[in-house]
Amino acid sequence: MKRLLANMGLMAGLVVALAIWVQLPLTGVLALVLLLAGWLTATRAGRQAALVTRVGLGTVGRRLGSSLVIVLGIAGVVGVLTALLAMGAGLQATLAGGGSDDAALILRGGAPAEAQSVLGQDEIQAVTQAPGVAHDNDGRPLVSGEVIVAVNVTSRDGDDASVQLRGVDDTAWAVRPGVELIEGRPFRTGMQELVVGRRASDRYAGLKPGDSVQLGPERWDVVGVFESGDGHDSELWADRNTVASAFRRGNSVSALLVGLTGADAFDGFKAALESNPQLNVRVQTTAEYFAAQSEGLVTVIRVVGIAVAAIMAIGAIFGALNCMFAAVAARAREIATLRAMGFRGLPVVVSIMLETMILALAGGLLGALLAWVLFNGHSASTLAGMSQVVFSFKVDFGLMWTGIKWALAIGLVGGLFPAVRAARLPVTVALRET
Amino acid sequence: MKYFHLVWAALFRRRTRTFLTLVSIIAAFLLFGLLDTVRVAFNPGDSVAGAGRLVITSRVSMMESLPQSLGERIRQVDGVSKVAGAGWFGGFYQDARNQIPSFAVSPEYLDAYPEIELPAQQHEDWRNNRVGLIVGESLANRFEWQIGDRIPLQSAIWPSRASGDNTWTFEVSGIMRGVGKQAAGYSNMVMLHWKYFEENNEFGTDGVHWYVAQVGDPDRADEIAGRIDELSANSSHETRTQTEQAFQASFIRQLVNIGLIVTAIMGAVFFTLLLLAGNTMMQAVRERTSELAVLKTLGFTDFSVLSMVLAESVLLVLLGGLVGLGLVALIVPALAAASGGMLPFGGVGPQTWATAVVLMLLFGLAVGLVPAVQAMRLNMVDALRSGQ
Repeated sequence: MKRLLANMGLMAGLVVALAIWVQLPLTGVLALVLLLAGWLTATRAGRQAALVTRVGLGTVGRRLGSSLVIVLGIAGVVGVLTALLAMGAGLQATLAGGGSDDAALILRGGAPAEAQSVLGQDEIQAVTQAPGVAHDNDGRPLVSGEVIVAVNVTSRDGDDASVQLRGVDDTAWAVRPGVELIEGRPFRTGMQELVVGRRASDRYAGLKPGDSVQLGPERWDVVGVFESGDGHDSELWADRNTVASAFRRGNSVSALLVGLTGADAFDGFKAALESNPQLNVRVQTTAEYFAAQSEGLVTVIRVVGIAVAAIMAIGAIFGALNCMFAAVAARAREIATLRAMGFRGLPVVVSIMLETMILALAGGLLGALLAWVLFNGHSASTLAGMSQVVFSFKVDFGLMWTGIKWALAIGLVGGLFPAVRAARLPVTVALRET
Repeated sequence: MKYFHLVWAALFRRRTRTFLTLVSIIAAFLLFGLLDTVRVAFNPGDSVAGAGRLVITSRVSMMESLPQSLGERIRQVDGVSKVAGAGWFGGFYQDARNQIPSFAVSPEYLDAYPEIELPAQQHEDWRNNRVGLIVGESLANRFEWQIGDRIPLQSAIWPSRASGDNTWTFEVSGIMRGVGKQAAGYSNMVMLHWKYFEENNEFGTDGVHWYVAQVGDPDRADEIAGRIDELSANSSHETRTQTEQAFQASFIRQLVNIGLIVTAIMGAVFFTLLLLAGNTMMQAVRERTSELAVLKTLGFTDFSVLSMVLAESVLLVLLGGLVGLGLVALIVPALAAASGGMLPFGGVGPQTWATAVVLMLLFGLAVGLVPAVQAMRLNMVDALRSGQ
């Protein structure tokens, strides 16, 4: 009965410890490590624990097989977790990265994305004259009317790929200071010329400067490549009126991108447009717009990643338990000897847990490192709305740290029960055991 | 088989260890089952349900519209038996997060889809109701829609003439259900009249986003597809005709390369599993050296000792694997139900089970091989002398 209560207490303690651990920031973990180091060196029980741990680690070499199982098992969990989270982070960085607070995007009311929006001449007029719109050196308002058309191109593997063709005014470059032409020259007004985002140019066939590509009824010449570091890198840009006439869009645009005089001008700008009863428009900063666009997809990837890693972690925990129980059984006599010599239970518990956590840490580091080597910068694509977005996996320190925290949590659970069993070994039985 | 109880006893010689290993294996096959179900759900390529259906979209992209007159011309192509047109409605209900696959379709559309089950009377009622809506069964359950209900749907794309904004009001005329796993998605869709869609659309719509053509003889599909594309060659609205399977497969390949990611994860999972189970088997054989030697002394041949150790490891992996897949079979329908039908999972398919069992046998053999050979080579005299 007492045993049962103790076990239940142990489980409850474990759950609480894990809950705290998940929330713990880096500084908290460092504090814990320092605390532990202090205990190991300063107190009698701590020094005993350090001693027993050293002995235990000394025997790891003899149990290389099962120690490797712990390390590699945990490396697998952390590798998969980090890679999947890196996919979400990379997609988010690409989709949400392009926004700023001093540029506004105007869509028709109710339209969820640029591709589904249509604005007419009245809206264009009203937006151009609204308060807060910035002007360039020639006094022209920084407003770019943009026509979005989904077009099919061919990927390098020969598959169809739907990408976004964006017809823009020449103010588009000034409103997006982050976009830079890295090869060739800009398209000329009135000509069927394209400049192509860097990722699109790398990923799809026939989109290098000098190539020409069939988009819908007509052929277009690729004259340059631009880079922006966000979702635009997967797009093709051309002159707005040329796109509108090639795809029969008349005078309408899909969206208006407006450069504001500053981030503080946004509220006045938005109020002016939304209070105008003649207009049915939705006004957002580009930061808001891009963050909302990426939210759903990124959440899905994150949830899937954590679910997969959680199932794998269960497997790894039981693997670690198995190996550590075997290790405890193999060292039963040695542990009993220590107990007979007067070592208390605590140093034994701590030493076994420390050993498991050190193996887990090694696994976590290995997994995070593997994920970084294999996947950092790995390029992938998905559909966002109706067009492909090309993005890179992004393994950064934060994600690797998350992975390592998972590894240590697995080590904690996998080490705790064998450690408790070791401490509870009846000394006389264990000494007699052969 | 007559040694089964021996193998069984050996397997549960150390209960804790076997139990712990089993849980690891269960976790691995649980993951395998889930990922493979996802893979199958996103791979409609091998279905026969869509045989003989061609999808005709604009060559520019599938968002571009095609002229209405094209439908009649496609119908006249030799070998085409039925033609229906459809358009994107882009609907959602109440909240933009409740996106609903919603098509505006011509009256004949459902005739081309025998895998959609809809009572004849309801089909008739829908035809006669301009604002009629056919809703999928899962959606009807999720939002508690009943026949005769008037429901407002928002269109992400099209403003309604009647309401002046993006709210379109429909009346539920029928509740449809996709029959079979591949058609499960239809239980989660709504279909409205293309005619109403066009008339009530404030932007007006000059066409159809895609046509579906049923061909009588699926073997001639490629040839007929070529002839349909010829109809609009060199016009301002060139078409691209694909079989339905090719169309869906291309869409899904664009969505995500599921195969690659799944394979990578599975690789990591099974590598770990092999390691764990292999380690367990090694331990188990090492511990039993003297027992195995006794068996040999009693007259068991090298071969039967080898097969007994192999049988033990195969049994271990099979037990864990089957429990894991059994869990998947329980979880998947629950998951599909919890997602309100958003996830098109229809349960664990025979293909997944077959792959899993083959994998279990292979892993069992691979894991047991080294210890089994060790056991076979065991020298009785040495083993008995060193055994305590």
